[in-house]
Amino acid sequence: MTEPGLVRTAVSAVLLVLGCLAMLSASVGILRFPDFYSRIHPAGKADTLGITFVLTGLMVREGFTLVSLKLLIILVFMLIASPTATHALAKSAYIAGLGHWKKEKGKDAP
Amino acid sequence: MRFLYTAAVLFLFWLALSGQFTGLLLGSGAAAALFVAALGRGGRALPGPVFLLRLAAYLPWLFWQIVLSGLDVAYRVLHPSRPIDPRVMKIKNPCRTPLGTALLANSITLTPGTVTLDAGPEELVIHSVSAEAADALLAGEMQRRVMRVEGTPDV
Repeated sequence: MTEPGLVRTAVSAVLLVLGCLAMLSASVGILRFPDFYSRIHPAGKADTLGITFVLTGLMVREGFTLVSLKLLIILVFMLIASPTATHALAKSAYIAGLGHWKKEKGKDAP
Repeated sequence: MRFLYTAAVLFLFWLALSGQFTGLLLGSGAAAALFVAALGRGGRALPGPVFLLRLAAYLPWLFWQIVLSGLDVAYRVLHPSRPIDPRVMKIKNPCRTPLGTALLANSITLTPGTVTLDAGPEELVIHSVSAEAADALLAGEMQRRVMRVEGTPDV
């Protein structure tokens, strides 16, 4: 690892904090949303965004080395695996015939 | 040809992971790449270099959509009245290859407010968290971009 200067430290810190905020909003979303299908949205998306920010922040901190190339490979893998896992969950619920929550039915989940 | 291409990609991946360029490691890496490529013969081919370049051109737009998507979810989660209005709908699948369909389904999952429930060769079943998200998908911008990446089959 090359010693990061002030600018790189600051940029990576901002990216890491953004990533944590995105993951925090994902977690809150899983608790607040009414049913399985809508809970999958924050789990699949905000999580992907969070992990992208965190890995990018680590790459900025690391500099142009073999380690950051490995981080990039992990990032590409996550960008493929995360929506695929979300889809696998959603599809099995859909095939099992789980109904989705509608706004008209009232405020709380069934 | 296809065999050598697969072996070359695997060998590059080995180099990236090992990072050591001694004779023993290069040799065993090459042997492992050839062995795995031989095992994979007759299976589905790796996407070709042209497809990968077009995919690389598509990724910045997709990444921007992921950022928008995260903001959209954060807004809906943190807003006191939790403004969601979920619906399920079906859209036509414009892709002709399994790879294109997978790319479209994953892209839909990553973009604001929509998740793919089921992907078939004819149509996709989408769960959308709001009317705006559904309309954005029906406008078809993403489908056009994915079809440009897909291009003609077998490239």
